[in-house]
Amino acid sequence: MIRVARRHVPIFTTLTLVAVTYLAGAIAYTNFASVGVARNLLVDNAFLAVAAVGATFVILSGAIDLSVGSVMALTSILIASLIEKHAMHPMMAIAISLAIGGVFGLCQGLIIEVFRLPPFLVTLAGMFFARGAAFVVSPQSIGIKHPFVADVLNEMLTLALPLGERGVSIPVTVDIAIITIAAAAIVLRSSRFGRSVYAVGDDESSALLMGLNIRATRLGVFTLSGLCSALAGVVFTLYQQSGDPAACKGFELDAIAAVVIGGTLLRGGVGSVLGTGLGVLLLGLIQTIITFQGNLSSWWTRIVVGLLVLAFVALQAQLSKREE
Amino acid sequence: MASARRINPAIAALAWPLAALALLVLFNVVFTPGFFSVELRDGRLFGTPIDILNHASKVAIVAVGMTIVIATGGVDLSVGAVVAIAGAAAAMLVTRTQTPFPLVILAALGAGGVAGLCNGLLVSRLRLQPIVATLVLMVAGRGVAQLITDGLIITFEHRALSSLANAAFAFLPIPAWIAIALALATGLFARRTAAGMFVEAVGDNDRACRYAGVNDRAVKLAAYAFCGVCAGLAGLVECSYIKAADANNAGLFLELDAILAVVIGGTSLSGGRFSLAGSLAGAVLIQSLTKTLYMHDVSADVAPLPKAVAVLAVCVLQSPRVKDRIAALFNRGRA
Repeated sequence: MIRVARRHVPIFTTLTLVAVTYLAGAIAYTNFASVGVARNLLVDNAFLAVAAVGATFVILSGAIDLSVGSVMALTSILIASLIEKHAMHPMMAIAISLAIGGVFGLCQGLIIEVFRLPPFLVTLAGMFFARGAAFVVSPQSIGIKHPFVADVLNEMLTLALPLGERGVSIPVTVDIAIITIAAAAIVLRSSRFGRSVYAVGDDESSALLMGLNIRATRLGVFTLSGLCSALAGVVFTLYQQSGDPAACKGFELDAIAAVVIGGTLLRGGVGSVLGTGLGVLLLGLIQTIITFQGNLSSWWTRIVVGLLVLAFVALQAQLSKREE
Repeated sequence: MASARRINPAIAALAWPLAALALLVLFNVVFTPGFFSVELRDGRLFGTPIDILNHASKVAIVAVGMTIVIATGGVDLSVGAVVAIAGAAAAMLVTRTQTPFPLVILAALGAGGVAGLCNGLLVSRLRLQPIVATLVLMVAGRGVAQLITDGLIITFEHRALSSLANAAFAFLPIPAWIAIALALATGLFARRTAAGMFVEAVGDNDRACRYAGVNDRAVKLAAYAFCGVCAGLAGLVECSYIKAADANNAGLFLELDAILAVVIGGTSLSGGRFSLAGSLAGAVLIQSLTKTLYMHDVSADVAPLPKAVAVLAVCVLQSPRVKDRIAALFNRGRA
């Protein structure tokens, strides 16, 4: 008998669901279990994974960030505009965009901390702000034709793996996503900052009594979330080869859904970034199955995701009730 | 000077949004030619202020329900999706069936009420955080609306339904009357019965309420159901404006405008005291701001940016910290 600690029940549920969903897809549809489908699953969800990592930190600390999708759009259009309209080198454009994302997150954190306003309200305003700013940068989407992006970022850095009949190519976006998840897992597990995030999210008063700097932790979390949103925007831009100010509307909900399905408690303090990775996979699998089914419309994805989130928060509520 | 400090809290709550509105009006007097021209044609008034009233009513209708939910210490993020569901239901009924109009209205309000009940059950029975509980319907609700319309934009030529938002009564557009009537009825019910006190008490301290014998769960359930019905009503108005139901775009970002209207109106997000008049003023303020931006050639896409700045400024001014500072300044001046 394997004994599973109660707080690990959600993540094992997610793992089981991922396995069952994949098996169900493999049995029901031909070609589902191919290497190509698995590759697309990773490629199509790389930016969701990066955004969800940022959301994991915020939710673990007991807060919420609703500005994710808008910051991604702002980053993507900013990169495209800097490269195409201002003849900037892509690496420079990416660096500037990441910095802006981090500063944006820090500002949100400062407003929340200094004026004691609820995070959801401030990040709601942040969502408006970043969306408007994206349209100020450029009202139309801009395609990126810079040779460095096409040749170096999207060609040279692509890994060719000898899998399947024709081999598969893993673009750099997937590497970024995997590295982000791994780095976040290490930070959460073994760094001082990571442990404070758990402590602050679990019980703020205890964290305060333990002598942790709650304010610095909160600010760090929001800065990190802004940075992750910007990085997700970079991945999205590389994936689309263009910048679009209207992109990623409501994407914060997908990120939050992935975090919740990945077993992170919405009241904070319990969860893991690996679980979030599984949550992203599950969301991706559902989307893939709905595409394979063919006769189901895409809005079924929204309904299924909504029901899944509901099931997981209900499960969490049951578990924490028993703990009390 | 004890008398100076004893201002009616309901009026004090109105001070900030009205001050902001006055500033905005002043700005428009100086910088926007023709902003205040109103003319009478075919027995109704036309002009920018009337336009603002007309479009603010949709936000105001949702904000009335949102005020009650926020007063119980919750929040409802799903109102935009519920607007889409109610609009889709109404449009399908008038195009595909011969349902009499009163029943169509009932169906749309009922759909909103059921959605609100779902939220309420999640919050009161499963004790989920309101943001999370209503997030579920916010995600899934648009899917449900798409399901009702089969993914199409349903246009209709229905006399009664399209006149709901496009006709006038006693000079003013009908949605404005609906919003005013709804706010008055809610206000009367809340203040003339114990209902308003229960709502504020639950928002203040639900545990204390339970010990005092108030059924806090029932109060919360009713608040969310009422908010759903309000969203359903707004859904009717919205689809009537454009004579169509668009599951993707109906009520998009409406939850944000409604929450902001409530917060600007002085109702605290942590629950407790609420001000319906403040929420109405907040709704008019947000719509005036939007209209002013449009009239100064700010595109609809960019408008969220200055709106966010304005809203944050109002929230910061209302935050306890800044309020204490301002109070301290006044007290020092007096001493």
